[in-house]
Amino acid sequence: MSEYVLEMRDVYKAFPGVVALNKVQLKLKPGKVHALMGENGAGKSTLMKCMFGIYTMDEGEILIDGVKTEIHNPSDALKKGIAMVHQELQPIPARTIAENIYLGRYPTKKIGPITIVDHKKMYEDAAKVLKEVNMNFDPRTKVGDLSVSQMQSVEIAKAVSANCRVLILDEPTSSLTQHEVDALFKIVEDLKSKGVAIVYISHKMDEILRISDEVTIMRDGQYIGTWNANELTTDMIISKMVGRELTNLYPPTDNVPGEVVFEVENFTSINPKSFRNVSFNLRKGEILGVAGLVGAQRTELMEGLFGIRSKISGTVKYKGKELKIDRPKNAIDNGIAMLTEDRRGTGIMGVLSVADNISVASLNQYLDFGIMLNDKKIENLVKVNQEKMNIRTPSSKTPIASLSGGNQQKVLVGRWLANNPDVLILDEPTRGIDVGAKYEIYCIIADLAKEGKSIIMISSELGELIGMSDRIMVMCDGRVTGFIDGKDATQENIMELATKFES
Amino acid sequence: MKKVLNYLKSNPIVVMLVAVSLIVGLTTKNFFSWGTLSSLISNTTIRFIIALGVSGCLITKGTDLSAGRQVGLAACLSGILVQAADYSGRLYPKLPEMNMFVILIVVILVGILIGFVNGFIIAKFKIPPFITTLGTQTIIYGLCLILTDAQPIGGFQKIYTSLITGRIGSVKGFHLPYLFFVAIFFGLLFWFIYNKTRHGKYMYAIGGNEIAAEVSGVNTDKSIILIYVTAGIMYAIAGWLLAAKSGGASAGMGQGYELEAIAGCTIGGVSTTGGIGTVPGVLIGVLVFELLKIVLQFLGVNPYYNYIVQGLVIVVAVGLDIRKHIKKK
Repeated sequence: MSEYVLEMRDVYKAFPGVVALNKVQLKLKPGKVHALMGENGAGKSTLMKCMFGIYTMDEGEILIDGVKTEIHNPSDALKKGIAMVHQELQPIPARTIAENIYLGRYPTKKIGPITIVDHKKMYEDAAKVLKEVNMNFDPRTKVGDLSVSQMQSVEIAKAVSANCRVLILDEPTSSLTQHEVDALFKIVEDLKSKGVAIVYISHKMDEILRISDEVTIMRDGQYIGTWNANELTTDMIISKMVGRELTNLYPPTDNVPGEVVFEVENFTSINPKSFRNVSFNLRKGEILGVAGLVGAQRTELMEGLFGIRSKISGTVKYKGKELKIDRPKNAIDNGIAMLTEDRRGTGIMGVLSVADNISVASLNQYLDFGIMLNDKKIENLVKVNQEKMNIRTPSSKTPIASLSGGNQQKVLVGRWLANNPDVLILDEPTRGIDVGAKYEIYCIIADLAKEGKSIIMISSELGELIGMSDRIMVMCDGRVTGFIDGKDATQENIMELATKFES
Repeated sequence: MKKVLNYLKSNPIVVMLVAVSLIVGLTTKNFFSWGTLSSLISNTTIRFIIALGVSGCLITKGTDLSAGRQVGLAACLSGILVQAADYSGRLYPKLPEMNMFVILIVVILVGILIGFVNGFIIAKFKIPPFITTLGTQTIIYGLCLILTDAQPIGGFQKIYTSLITGRIGSVKGFHLPYLFFVAIFFGLLFWFIYNKTRHGKYMYAIGGNEIAAEVSGVNTDKSIILIYVTAGIMYAIAGWLLAAKSGGASAGMGQGYELEAIAGCTIGGVSTTGGIGTVPGVLIGVLVFELLKIVLQFLGVNPYYNYIVQGLVIVVAVGLDIRKHIKKK
């Protein structure tokens, strides 16, 4: 018997124009948590997709219990004991928890010659499995009624019910609260004690060091190495991932806020549970951070200002002039831009090219004779942004969906900068982005502020808000509960305002 | 050479098309003739114009089931208005004799109106295009029946039918029907719209991700209405041409054309999941269909079997195209 439950040796995979994986190794021991780390685009997801049979690798081999094997598709992977909880969950919302867990392998019974689904057994089994993942839910509950973290537990329950020996968790905590993360870690510990090998993908250093036994680091599709987690520190991981020493987490911000340019007064949503009576102002060249817990309605407020959501009252003024904003186009025409939070849902157009994606908000600038688009001007826009922001793409014609998250985000930043806006609303600009790309995005933000652009940045990472903002606006349950000067901000005084619920 | 091979490899439909016509051409008489080419062009042009109209709807993840009936309405309306003054069976004897191009403008205006209604319902009330156009197509058919009293319409002005069936060159030797130039004109026009204008880019953006397009400042409602209006114009032109080509019109005209057009687009690579599709692709898709019909006719296949073969071609052609994308993974 091999000491490894699963081994991937010398995996090579190329896509048109990019080598995604080059001689990558991964060795998983039973009962251990193996963290897989690397920047976005390093090839972690591609490697996992090879293991799970979604992609076929060009070269290399997979061994299970020391025996060479091939994995043809996800259902084959499941049969061989490999289960995966995807970053973006894909449950069937209108069906029950039990039906989601046993999808494709419903327990059956025979009535005479006819085979039918054994619902009784399915719901009993599901209840047992749910207990194993500490979830006290009726298996008859519709999955659509669950929260994101509960759906995730259902996904894990699905993996547990398949008696998997290898479980891949792809960024499982990106949308969880601290409490939910703790619950997840307890499940992971349980699975460990049952001898399951866990592959854990995350960008959160503290989590990695807390939960993993071994760490494999990748960079640009290359295998960098595997270490015991207790030999590593956050700084060491980062420098290995980025390939250079990262001395500063945030760039110096030497922007000087000027006169007030943007004023919001008494802004109230049409939905009584959403934002209400919000007033604030924004100075030229200022970075205004927006803090709050999940559900504080920060995104809703900004989308309201941008014309994506409806308001019932309130005014927005730019340089003293009142703006009428009914849809995003009105906001854009008035020099406002907004990078939305949900990159896939409201940002990228997946099947379209990088060039199409980056130019869509500013097509008016590339017209000849007032009607005909000039492809050379659009190519030039791509080239300028590619150089300025280090966007990694095989070509400008590549569909944006095949780029990594960080590169997609840079394309979207480029889309907005092409319009040369005066006010930029950035909603979680670094979510799901690796350390290196984060720093690049911070630099872009700092530069923009220095150029005199006014920036509103929503973020759930307090460190980022404190490190970047001139001023922080804190929201709680739809209301603004206070402003803190960037210099005086601490995690404590922000959290105090963020939890100031109306009694 | 390698480029050519690669192109053929990634376009099995084109290979199939060329191979089949070569075989038929070599085994039957008269297949390779100006006459065959001429009738192929005439048939293709009208279908191509309809397919161009539908393509915009498909690219934005919509569809237009009212296409065929809109063509029928335009044909009936053209037929009624273009009946010669000295024709005894005129449906509306009190109407003055009209110039055929004035009639074209009239049917285009009607097309704009119907397209606007479709687009407005889809964009503003968010009723799925499939349902919206299912409803409007039935209404339009009712209008056709009322307008024509379910009577066939004939006795057109000579100049109308002869212009459409007219051609350059000699009948026996080289000749091209006027419709050839109509097809070229609209092909180029749509290629320009789809690739070189903001409206075209917005159309692809909406198909790629409608919310993202709206957030990026695209007035998606306006774009969608414009797409269905454009489609309405194309159906009107197709109907006007169809009545002239047939030399008569009736309420049942154009039935099923929407499905043929959608099939043609899909064979030509227009993705029903949105955001993908090209004008040359649409042309190839329509050509596959029309060529197939002529080939079957030359082979002397019982016309009843045509439907079976056409159905198979839709599935096989789209299947081959999709395999190409799956393989890339």
